[in-house]
Amino acid sequence: MPLDVLIVDDSAAIRKILHRVLVQAEIPLGKVHEASDGVDALEKLKTEKVGLILSDINMPNMDGIELLTKLKADDAYKSVPIVMVTTEGSQAKVMQALELGAVGYVRKPFTAEQIKEKLAGII
Amino acid sequence: MIDRISSEEIAAAIRTASQELFSTMLQLPLEDSPFYDETSEPESIDGVVALVGIAGSWTGTGRIACSPHFACRLAGALLMQPYESVNEDVLDAVAEVSNMIIGSVKTIFEEKLGPLALSIPTVIFGRNYRTRSSGVPKWTVVPFRTDGDTWNISFCVIPTKTSGQHIARPDVVLAV
Repeated sequence: MPLDVLIVDDSAAIRKILHRVLVQAEIPLGKVHEASDGVDALEKLKTEKVGLILSDINMPNMDGIELLTKLKADDAYKSVPIVMVTTEGSQAKVMQALELGAVGYVRKPFTAEQIKEKLAGII
Repeated sequence: MIDRISSEEIAAAIRTASQELFSTMLQLPLEDSPFYDETSEPESIDGVVALVGIAGSWTGTGRIACSPHFACRLAGALLMQPYESVNEDVLDAVAEVSNMIIGSVKTIFEEKLGPLALSIPTVIFGRNYRTRSSGVPKWTVVPFRTDGDTWNISFCVIPTKTSGQHIARPDVVLAV
């Protein structure tokens, strides 16, 4: 069954790169949706069902940690795997995201292979 | 308790972070030149500047400055398509490049300084302007060369005073 994905990042460049990596990855990809921050992501999720979320942490309006917290507290989304893709490389931030329920953490800068490997372990 | 970060440490962190990005997501050659400290009025800039702030127990700013031509080249390498002139895509790409490099520098320094926060990047494109961070005595500047293009990354960081004095502010831009 095709996998619909939501990419959440305030950088259009990163959304574009992740979109391209998803297309290249050997996964049954469905629709790829994009959101520019946590607020935008929650809005998109009202109308779109997704099977995977890739989210940045440092974003305006609502950051990735708050988005992760809200999604994991909501029965409708708590089973959706969320991978953090972020410049935040501190061990404390990684641990916080994983404890809140993120299934993976990829630090920017990343290679396409790193994203594909992470997805292979999840999907 | 650490009361200063040396220019050598700043330059080393910038070089490590830049090499990592250029060898992974950009796949562009990168040759660094000797760093220097900028203590006087900064030179005026024609081109693109991206600023990222650091906050926490230490406060600072990272700055990438490059020509419009190199900004297009960075965007082209990141997004895998050619850009002839500076547009929204190019500015967004330079902002993200600065975010990733200064974010990596921040991660390197967090091992010594404890948790730090990163601001959202600000990018400026124009002619004949200067940037200045108030309360900062010097910037450490690391020049780079990528084939025929020269560009640089600058960084300043100082301990945050609890009274709120001497907070480095990246948001002062002077037209000259």
